[in-house]
Amino acid sequence: MTLLELKDITYVVKGKPILSGLSCSIAAGEVHALLGTNGTGKSTLAYLVMGCEGYRPTSGNLVFEGRGINDLKIHERAQLGITMAWQEPVRFEGVSVRDYLALKSREADTAHYLEMVGLSPDLYLTRMVDKCLSGGERKRIELASVLALHPKLAILDESDSGIDMLSTQDIIHVINRFKQNSAAVLLITHREEIALIADRASQLCRGGIVCSGSPRDVAEYYKSRKCLVCVGEVCDA
Amino acid sequence: MRELSTLINAFVDAGGDKSILENKNIAHLVASGHKLLSMKSVEGLEIDARETADGISAKVTVREGIQIENPVHLCFGMLHKEGTQKITRHVKLEMNSSAHFIAHCIFPKAEKVRHVMDAEVEIGENAEMRYAETHYHGLYGGIEVVPKSVVKIGRNGRYFSEFTLTDGRVGTLDVDYAVDAGENAVTEMTAKVFGHKNDDIAITEKVTLAGENARGLIKTRVALEDDAIAEVTGITEGNAAGTRGHVDCMEIVRDRAVAKAIPIVNVTHPLAKVTHEAAIGSVDKRQLETLMAHGLTPEEAVDVIVRGVLR
Repeated sequence: MTLLELKDITYVVKGKPILSGLSCSIAAGEVHALLGTNGTGKSTLAYLVMGCEGYRPTSGNLVFEGRGINDLKIHERAQLGITMAWQEPVRFEGVSVRDYLALKSREADTAHYLEMVGLSPDLYLTRMVDKCLSGGERKRIELASVLALHPKLAILDESDSGIDMLSTQDIIHVINRFKQNSAAVLLITHREEIALIADRASQLCRGGIVCSGSPRDVAEYYKSRKCLVCVGEVCDA
Repeated sequence: MRELSTLINAFVDAGGDKSILENKNIAHLVASGHKLLSMKSVEGLEIDARETADGISAKVTVREGIQIENPVHLCFGMLHKEGTQKITRHVKLEMNSSAHFIAHCIFPKAEKVRHVMDAEVEIGENAEMRYAETHYHGLYGGIEVVPKSVVKIGRNGRYFSEFTLTDGRVGTLDVDYAVDAGENAVTEMTAKVFGHKNDDIAITEKVTLAGENARGLIKTRVALEDDAIAEVTGITEGNAAGTRGHVDCMEIVRDRAVAKAIPIVNVTHPLAKVTHEAAIGSVDKRQLETLMAHGLTPEEAVDVIVRGVLR
């Protein structure tokens, strides 16, 4: 069953198309990897699906569980079951990890979500989600908070990247948790080895999907770097 | 005694624990207006207080080498709608002593009240003082609060203060704290205030790092909404070798509120280093969006952010 459908999405900023006629769908419970080099529109696509301020399709439709969501605000989309782990999660002064994990979670005890992302509850629950955390710690906590929400669709925007990187095994473990919860995942990544754990994959280039199919095929295409070097040429799968 | 019980009830309403005033091991001083209602010293800590025409004059001394185990509670306030309370306080921590003070300033019905606090604090060599002052001014905004404090920290001494006024109205607030830190002394001053309606807030905190290797931090967090205004001045002077200071001011504004931050850094020694950061603005958009992506409404998200900053 289709959970999210992107129908002919175009997004133009100051006359420059960032996404052009992009169509894609994600089934319920599917892990869909989105590969692409820097500046290809991956994060833009994530913000459009999440509904961040200023990110509304110039044309085309976002459909979630059969319902058009173009006009919904972020929290309205979140209440439908869409959430997102940002590429560089922000810090919150004075908000403890315990409180952060409990935001809108259905569970009273969310400590075990820290263990799922490789952090000890004893060491982290009482810490603040502030600048005292390293980049890697903050990313893990963001993933734990997204897990605690039990979303229908989790958008993971390069959760595997950063200075203090999550290991491949860690991210695979987290994605498996989403799968166990029957959540779909839009997995935005640069790393083909991460993409391989997806059910399907697509490669984005110049605002459009240029290759879509099995993760292995798409990863091979991505590794070939056809799109990285496509100076002046349109990628063609 | 009725006034004492009423003030204590107000103290409990403001989050206090009245059993502390019955505990013989906990020093305290309770005053309403210019009436001294209750006072207790403990071994090694003497409280000498008397009533004046318009307030209370108190002297607190912690004797040399004494570590006061339980926090000392100071409860000042006024239950009437109008009046003036002037507190003059002299606190002395003799060398190698330590104490933690918790001050509650409660004015639940204030409509035309003036509360003035003049404090002098002496912290001796190797002594440590922690001072937390929490205010509750009720819901009318009819109060003028003028806390002034001059603190002198001796060699290797430590002084930590926290001023909190985040529940209810502020009224007019004019904080003026100055700390002089001697050799190897450490000081941290934190102020957290939430202004509403036409509250008028002025906070001036100054740290003079006078002795070698002295360290100081001024941290201010102010949230404003409606037509509230605030001006925060953080001054740090590095006047000796190895001194390190930092001024950190964050103000969140909403509605028609107006905030101003004035960090002043003055270094007179080439081996001193003082830094500052000030951020004023509306609620951070990315923070807001992150919380909304967790399903919080914009109003709930703003509340989490503001409460966090003021925590």
